[in-house]
Amino acid sequence: MRKSLGDPVAEELRFVVRSVVGEENFVDMLPNRSNNFCCGGGGGFLQSGLADARRAYGKTKFNQIKATNAAYCITPCHNCHAQIHDLSEHYEGGYQTVHLWTLICLSLGILGENEREYLGSDLAQVGL
Amino acid sequence: MAIEIGRVKEKSIFKDRIMSLLPDGGNLNACLTCGACSSGCPATGLENMDPRKFLRMAALGMDEEILNTDWAWMCTGCQRCIHVCPMRIDIPALIFQVRKSWPREKRPKGIRGSCDLALKHDTCSAMGTSEEDWHFVVEDVAAEVRETQEGFEDLVAPMDKRGATFFLNQNSREPVTEPEEMIPLWKILQKVGANWTYGSKGWAAENYCMFLADDEGWERIIRTKVDAVEELGCKVWLNTE
Ligand code: SF4
Ligand code: SF4
Repeated sequence: MRKSLGDPVAEELRFVVRSVVGEENFVDMLPNRSNNFCCGGGGGFLQSGLADARRAYGKTKFNQIKATNAAYCITPCHNCHAQIHDLSEHYEGGYQTVHLWTLICLSLGILGENEREYLGSDLAQVGL
Repeated sequence: MAIEIGRVKEKSIFKDRIMSLLPDGGNLNACLTCGACSSGCPATGLENMDPRKFLRMAALGMDEEILNTDWAWMCTGCQRCIHVCPMRIDIPALIFQVRKSWPREKRPKGIRGSCDLALKHDTCSAMGTSEEDWHFVVEDVAAEVRETQEGFEDLVAPMDKRGATFFLNQNSREPVTEPEEMIPLWKILQKVGANWTYGSKGWAAENYCMFLADDEGWERIIRTKVDAVEELGCKVWLNTE
């Protein structure tokens, strides 16, 4: 996002996230915006076969996520989702990794039963 | 008297190549060696390497050493180093050139395989999904939602709808490994009344040929995608990757 359209467009996404989860449930990670760290899934890393290096790279992201104490990490694309989900499992982070579309539909009360793969037990039954 | 540092080569391919790519006539010698790039790069320390070191090695003409490490495949191209560099030095562009200098068959198998599969069909899917399989999955998933979910009896995932405003693409893993992840997106688009469509061709979001540093394949994939969007006369190309 920041690479192509810059930080301002990400502010619109923050607005969406805040509206969906509620201001009190939103935690921005630090550092953020253009100063944020890449998760390590990009550039072909996920497909490179260099899993140990990929997870070592991702440790920075993992620590950053853990420092927020948040139970859910929202990821913008499939690639980040796969990496951040894997980091949680590998380092036993205990956080859930979700797509924004899942939370939008959950908040609108239109998320189907089979569309909840990445929700934790706290939200899995909400609105069913 | 000049001090000889390392084994300085007569001629450096990377240095020459990268110099022509740097913006505003900047060059690799403009590096202040401040280390800001390295201190914020998550790949620092892997393979005993970091962006500053990599750049210095290129500047010193140590091409051979640079090609002898896998580190070029551990940089994600995130550009954080450029963001913090006082001289705006484009290290990922250097890394791309290094990737390009690997013989194609030596580049990581997974990335190469994904690129090759994407070149197999006009869908550009890195999973090698054909147009028929793509049609089938989308229609199958949509039909199930219509039958089973109240309020979505009319849900459609339009295919090749001419003149739609938005051309939506999709990571090619989703239709294959977790098709139900596509549904929330369709629901949102329907709720907001978006005039959107998928395309039979060029719908896959990713481009592993770019990561592989295969310029020809990269260009072919982009052209196939652009042609697909233009063919349907869509105004906005929505990339979910
Ligand atoms: S941040 Fe820029 S100037 Fe500083 S060491 Fe890195 S490339 Fe050189
Ligand atoms: S683009 Fe590569 S070298 Fe630069 S910060 Fe990101 S991973 Fe490190």
